[in-house]
Amino acid sequence: MREYIPVLLFLLAAISFAVITIGASHVIMPRKQNARKMAPYECGVEPVGSARNRFHVKFYLVAVLFILFDIEAVFIYPWAVAFRQLGLYGLIEMSLFILILLVGYVYLLKKRALDWEN
Amino acid sequence: MKALFDNPDFQLVFWALVKIAIILNGLLGLVSYMILAERKIAGRMQGRPGPNRVGPAGLLQPLADVIKLFFKEEFIPAEANRVVFHIAPMLAVIPALVTFSVIPIGPNFTVTDINVGLLLFLAMSSIGVYAVTLGGWSSNNKYALLGGLRSSAQMISYELAMGLSTIGVLLLTGSLSLVQIVKAQAAIPFFVFQPLAFLIFMITALAETNRAPFDLPEAEAELVAGFHTEYSSMKFGLFFLGEFTNVITICAVATTLFLGGWNGPWLPDSLKFVWFFLKLAALVFVFMWLRWTFPRFRYDQLMDLGWKVLLPLSLANVMVTGAAVYWIHNR
Repeated sequence: MREYIPVLLFLLAAISFAVITIGASHVIMPRKQNARKMAPYECGVEPVGSARNRFHVKFYLVAVLFILFDIEAVFIYPWAVAFRQLGLYGLIEMSLFILILLVGYVYLLKKRALDWEN
Repeated sequence: MKALFDNPDFQLVFWALVKIAIILNGLLGLVSYMILAERKIAGRMQGRPGPNRVGPAGLLQPLADVIKLFFKEEFIPAEANRVVFHIAPMLAVIPALVTFSVIPIGPNFTVTDINVGLLLFLAMSSIGVYAVTLGGWSSNNKYALLGGLRSSAQMISYELAMGLSTIGVLLLTGSLSLVQIVKAQAAIPFFVFQPLAFLIFMITALAETNRAPFDLPEAEAELVAGFHTEYSSMKFGLFFLGEFTNVITICAVATTLFLGGWNGPWLPDSLKFVWFFLKLAALVFVFMWLRWTFPRFRYDQLMDLGWKVLLPLSLANVMVTGAAVYWIHNR
């Protein structure tokens, strides 16, 4: 695990860079604030209602489909690394796996889950 | 004192910190001059000179921009979620920087060689989605919310094809360590064997970094500035820095995976990093060139391209590569 220590150090360095940059700008920037200035920007018109509004269900659908397919991709990674040891057995296994994946994919296409306009 | 220097743990941390200091400073310098280069190239492509007033040929422009951003007043919209509002710009820049800890810049110059280097890159590029989504949501601004939603849907859609397109490279090397992947390309870079994967990776890289023609999250004609509409001062600066750092990081990964990293003829080992930077610069130039050449996608076209073209193509690429590798090994 020793080789992971530099990654952790890099993470700490990057975090401190971001925090110091924002902190420094907080110290030196001018502050002349009023209620008008702090209103959300809506092209100069008085903001109407809250922005914490409902949005289209399509975005949830895309997120759910992403999780499904991403988990499949996660299974393919170790297979690819160990591919030479697995030989023909591994190739056939993965063909079956991707075939099952394709059935689900065709189902999505037929259900028009991937069509944005409907 | 000498006992401390002989301690292997101390040596590890010491040299890691030295390398991190070099890479972090070099990277940030590179990013600020890439921004200048982009503005210059954009200017040339549009028949104007670009920034040329600050310093000789505009070379001090990045410094002037940073100083200006530091002294700008900041707005935090009323009813914004202040904690998330502060975290989002940091999330934009941190993952892009951290990925560089596993990228081999020269034969003996990489911060660390972990055996899951490629997974670290994918994980970090996933975290980048949070910056845009949280930044858009926390601003309490309708344009920002729409921009954030759009971009999260876009980035996760293209992440699938990006992840799958790298699997062809894994099949050829059998290792997730980026150092091993570069070493495996000593003779021939992998874009020769994986042209489709390289193409898919570059297209998805454009979408992941929200660059034109995939810059819908900040489509200025419809969403003001998208997810960072309400950001100003150095918080905007960090989003801006994050976007450009991401471009460099993703081009560096593409160089490592497909173009052979630091491998190249003529130069001695100590100067091989020049090859890495030349390839990196070429890819970054292609990004800029595309930005000023192609019009923006429509949103349904964008989702169609990701889900109906790139995803099946990258899956097919995985299977074809697998079959080919098996056939060559058992001939």
